[in-house]
Amino acid sequence: MSLAELSPTPAPGFTLTQYAICLKGVVWREALRFLHQRERFVSALVRPLVWLFIFAAGFRSVLGVSIIPPYDTYVLYDVYITPGLVAMIQLFNGMQSSLSMVYDREMGNMRTLLVSPLPRWFLLTSKLVAGASVSILQVYAFLLIAYFWEIEPPTYWGYLTVLPALILSGLMFGALGMLLSSLIRQLENFAGVMNFVIFPMFFASSALYPLWRVQEGSPGLALVCKLNPFTHAVELIRFAFYGQINALSLAVVLGCTIVFLGAAIIAYDPSRGMLMRREG
Amino acid sequence: MTATETKAPEQDASAAALEISRVSHSYGKRKALDDVSFSVRPSSFTVLLGLNGAGKSTLFSLITRLFGVRTGAISIFGWDVSRTPGEALRRLGVVFQARTLDLDLSVEQNLRYHAALHGIGAAETRARSADVLAKVDMLDRVNDKVRALSGGQMRRVEIARALLHRPRMLLLDEATVGLDVKARSDILTHVRSLIATEGIGVLWATHLIDEVRDGDDVVVLHRGKLLDKGDVASVCARAGAATMGAAFNRLTGVDAAEGY
Repeated sequence: MSLAELSPTPAPGFTLTQYAICLKGVVWREALRFLHQRERFVSALVRPLVWLFIFAAGFRSVLGVSIIPPYDTYVLYDVYITPGLVAMIQLFNGMQSSLSMVYDREMGNMRTLLVSPLPRWFLLTSKLVAGASVSILQVYAFLLIAYFWEIEPPTYWGYLTVLPALILSGLMFGALGMLLSSLIRQLENFAGVMNFVIFPMFFASSALYPLWRVQEGSPGLALVCKLNPFTHAVELIRFAFYGQINALSLAVVLGCTIVFLGAAIIAYDPSRGMLMRREG
Repeated sequence: MTATETKAPEQDASAAALEISRVSHSYGKRKALDDVSFSVRPSSFTVLLGLNGAGKSTLFSLITRLFGVRTGAISIFGWDVSRTPGEALRRLGVVFQARTLDLDLSVEQNLRYHAALHGIGAAETRARSADVLAKVDMLDRVNDKVRALSGGQMRRVEIARALLHRPRMLLLDEATVGLDVKARSDILTHVRSLIATEGIGVLWATHLIDEVRDGDDVVVLHRGKLLDKGDVASVCARAGAATMGAAFNRLTGVDAAEGY
């Protein structure tokens, strides 16, 4: 019996179940790849732990943190930088996804995804959800280790209330990574991402020091920090640990996610995007 | 959308498996395809013959919607690739020139991922995977990592994967490149057998003239231009050549052996 006989003409369009199967498949594949790449998992954990165990411990007695929202008392420096390190895990994961997409594009694996009959925007959004899910797994692994270092939210509920913030920030960094992957032509160019995206975003933010301290030293840099989406991801996570919502940060993270994802979808659109212009 | 537009084009018995109509494509100022038109009939084997740089891969990128079609039109069983990409692509199976399997996943996991991208559920995927892997004689390697397979075996898995969603048109871009003589022959024989057993149309892009057989349809592409198309006998007759190799040399003005 031939395939033509086995498969009658399918009805036009796709069912919700088919969309769900596709999303599940993309997330499953990303998780599987992550688990196969143990070095990636270890390095994703070691990086923030080095900051926490060495940098924060060293600066604990040097840097004091005044009482600023959401804290209602003085906190140790380790506690202060933990939300920043959580955001750092997600930022690196977003860039790792970007690197992975550039690699997949060079190796040809990306074509498997892009020739799927489901809409391109849905495929890219599924990829984004998959990347964010992996970053959240990394964050909770980090928080588990931090717990044994006696760094924990004020109540155990904090582990739950931070989850929506992690989802949002994970999506934002994933969307940024996706956009960058559409702009990077070759894998070799990825080092530039480290220099021009990751480091400036991380250091020019409220991850390591409160903005009022930056304001005292350099009002110009403080303005840059306030405009930096990474700062808002950090603050969103920081407030969420305490069961609070930082409305400005929520708006910025949401807005940036929409803009980055929208731009990435346009960039990967075959009729308008950047990919075809740079082939050959 | 009008009632006419929602009618499935397959209902039109004259719909070609693949229709390329006046397609051009440029990279900046360099023209990669220039006003190319041809069609592939259902249940037929068409060889897209051209040396490296002829525009074969660009054409494949346009058919699979990796690139957008800016000039001309492409349809698969009547579904326009630009206007109804979902319907067109679900009827299309593709084997790209570059390997697109995930080396760190097993054969079964690669097929499962592909099935998910087509919205095929787990139970159905298991049944179909066993079926398509059996057809390419790879069922015993289902749990092996792709990395452990030879080049020929990877190609066979890619063909199985391309058949998993039961396409009615199959594209293969230089599918035998880098393989030894036996693996090349096995794959070509298998793909030809699909036309009889599965009733699908095949577009086989290659620069190797010895892969063309007498009964095939041939499309000769050179530097982005379509030089001739038709069955082997008519292309040879028009070129005044006894063999396809000689016809190709006359049409292109290049010794095909140089392209090997």
